Amino acid sequence: MTRKVGIVGYGAHIPRYRIKVEEIAKTWGADAPSYKRGLELWEKSVPPPDCDAITLAVEAAKRALKRAGIKGSQISSMYIGSESHPYAVKPSGTVVAEAIGAVPFCRCADYEFACKAGTEAMYTTLMLVKSGDIEYGMAIAADTSQGAPGDALEYSASAGAAAFVMGAENIVAEIEYTTSYMTDTPDFWRREHQFYPQHGGRYTGEPAYFKHTTGAAKSLFEKSGTKPSDFQWAVFHQPNGKFPMRVGQMLGFKKEQMERGRLTPRLGNTYSGASPIGLTAILDVAKPGDRIFMVSYGSGAGSDGFIWRVTERIKEVQNLTTQTFTLLDEKKVYLDYGTYAKFRHKIIKND
Amino acid sequence: MFPARVAREMPHRYRLEAAKCKKCGAVFFPHRLICRECGHREFDTINISAIGKLISYTIIHTPASQFKDESPFALGICEFPEGVKITAQVVDIAAADIKTGMDLQIEFRRVQTDGHAGVIGYGYKFVPVI
Amino acid sequence: MRDVAIVGVGMQKWGELWEKSFRDLFVEAALNAITDTKVPKIDHMYIGCMSGGLFVGQEHVGSIMADYLGQKHLAATRVESACASGGAALRCGFIEVASGMSDIVLVGGVEKMTDVSGDGATYALATAADQEYEVFHGATFPGLYALMARAYMERYGATRDQLSAVAVKNHDNGLNNPNAQYQMKLTVQQVNESVMVADPLRILDCSPITDGAAALILCPLSRAKEFSDKPPIKIIGCGMATDSIALHDRRDLTSLDAVKLSAEKALKMAGKTINDVSVTEVHDCFTIAEIIVSEALGMFPAGKGALACTNGETRVEGKFPINASGGLKSKGHPVGATGVAQAIEIVHQLRGEAGKRQVKNAKIGMTQNMGGSGGSSVVHIMEVA
Repeated sequence: MTRKVGIVGYGAHIPRYRIKVEEIAKTWGADAPSYKRGLELWEKSVPPPDCDAITLAVEAAKRALKRAGIKGSQISSMYIGSESHPYAVKPSGTVVAEAIGAVPFCRCADYEFACKAGTEAMYTTLMLVKSGDIEYGMAIAADTSQGAPGDALEYSASAGAAAFVMGAENIVAEIEYTTSYMTDTPDFWRREHQFYPQHGGRYTGEPAYFKHTTGAAKSLFEKSGTKPSDFQWAVFHQPNGKFPMRVGQMLGFKKEQMERGRLTPRLGNTYSGASPIGLTAILDVAKPGDRIFMVSYGSGAGSDGFIWRVTERIKEVQNLTTQTFTLLDEKKVYLDYGTYAKFRHKIIKND
Repeated sequence: MFPARVAREMPHRYRLEAAKCKKCGAVFFPHRLICRECGHREFDTINISAIGKLISYTIIHTPASQFKDESPFALGICEFPEGVKITAQVVDIAAADIKTGMDLQIEFRRVQTDGHAGVIGYGYKFVPVI
Repeated sequence: MRDVAIVGVGMQKWGELWEKSFRDLFVEAALNAITDTKVPKIDHMYIGCMSGGLFVGQEHVGSIMADYLGQKHLAATRVESACASGGAALRCGFIEVASGMSDIVLVGGVEKMTDVSGDGATYALATAADQEYEVFHGATFPGLYALMARAYMERYGATRDQLSAVAVKNHDNGLNNPNAQYQMKLTVQQVNESVMVADPLRILDCSPITDGAAALILCPLSRAKEFSDKPPIKIIGCGMATDSIALHDRRDLTSLDAVKLSAEKALKMAGKTINDVSVTEVHDCFTIAEIIVSEALGMFPAGKGALACTNGETRVEGKFPINASGGLKSKGHPVGATGVAQAIEIVHQLRGEAGKRQVKNAKIGMTQNMGGSGGSSVVHIMEVA
């Protein structure tokens, strides 16, 4: 028996603070217009000091539960993927599980795989439900990533979370096919005790992001016997505004299919949250029967592919709680670089 | 901020669990062992609603050392439909925009951390309703 | 119950007393009280002290002070009710004598607040509030009183100037009190423009950090003449009440029910009304506190306390003189000592020894000492015997 499984509830959370590319460029004497052009990004979200991957995950989880129409106590697994877990040792998942009341009978461990940690959590949760061992599980992608001061990544490293309740009943987006394409590729890494990551510059492009994303995408097309025109929506990992459009077009997708889920130009790169938050933005407006093509990418490296089919129930849940574009576009507060540096703990103080 | 102390308060700080007296219906946050109104000893556990009304606030300029980096910050008391009032920071809003009587929503945030190496104390703060 | 009299008082000039230790502060005040009388020995001692432990790492305050006071083997205990510790200690001393348990009781209060940093003092003082549900979230004492102040000002239309008038009056009184920490005149404008501490309260709305001690000697009224030629001051009423520890659990942010109840109990015991009281010392830890307390005591209707001060009704020559000593604001607030010093001021007033700050025809005096944000209140009423 193959159990139909999928997303039962979804939700995102984005802090309301922003910083513009101009403000960062001004501090480092860089040319803002070329960064904006090169990255296709003009501002990013900034978490205040009292937000971290866990707090963002909790708020996203509450929204996912609302849309799922279930209680926290019905959740039997909690997997959070992040590269900014607040503790190096002590799971983020236990805090979120405790906050939503999923404790004590709940499986948990934290996931880490650069920007694809969250999508791996989504895959595992789907399969746990599919196996019949659990009824509902929660998969969360959450990050408050750091970019080194003055580095190119400082323009894009941002904060956000997306949470998904996976189950076999009351599905809003059924999972039709999954795949994963993974190799040991050291394109971007952070050693223990280092505060900021390092990366291989242009090595992060073709041999890393593009190779794995297209590898997973082609595998999905083969498994499912589909082509780009079969999909209403496509969402890719989006470390900047350019890469997802380029890889999408390389694969044969049109701009209109990809625009809704491409949030980076005004959100920044939410790392693990990138394609998952993009997915929530799509789900907020998707129609029953729509098919969504999704491929994430995590440095190190690997890509997870998903083909979702939206169900009738999506219409009942879209307005049950705050939509992603509302979080993204409303009540924004812009920061200067000094406040941004203070918020992101970039200022050295004597303890 | 010893771990046991942090863990004990999680039902209140994480889930806003309150105790409702089975006899007279009075609600207490945090829970009590004995009802202050009628002396009854049995309670139901309820969760406080997400949205409350701000009944007073202040902007603190001289906080204790754990909060120095956040200073000045707003602190307010909100009243909830369950009949309970809670004190917490009011964040994500400019001081000039805070008005008594406004609706505020509870959000999960870091409240205090025990330095760079100690336990993180998570809990609730008030934010403008989204 | 026997009638109880205060026969001797003693304190020192309060301030940042870097040269005086915790134990020396107390002993100095206690010896001043003892030498204000002819008592041969002390039978029992109660000491109000909010936190010897957090300020100077010293608990077991009864034992150490009995030792350093030279009263070998004296029965002594520390009494604690946050900032009402002194008043609570006086209540214990009163009961000790009234019950017949002891004849000569020394009631003292002491706090040494400058051996810790400003942060350390803020931390120690915050233990009077709800640690887990107020302080954990960043509440400070000025913050809690500021919450009351805003609620009061919005409900009754009280103004910034009206709050400042309380500080100005108390400093005017303090100019005439040689023991006051601050002897400096203030203007409303200075208070209004002083640095913001917790909106709307400014630094000059707040009582200071102070080192100091105060002590008095109680004995049965029937024996007062043995120990002093000065007019004995009889304690005719005593009342204590608590309220919820957390400000958010109070019935109303603009009232202080513990104050109201403690005053009612004391007045009932004394067989008096508030209109019979000639002079009062109240707990003005913040300007707004004096205003709300004056209403809780029944001096003014709800919402009218702010205007009453501006109109001069609480000045030394007014209808309800409040804090002729300068109050906590000008005299200083070494926490555990305050309640005892309030009683000392009333003793001076009733004995007619208050000099330039003397309230005319002072017959009946009242002290009101409060803990935290109103979590406890102790009221005593006294008259010339």
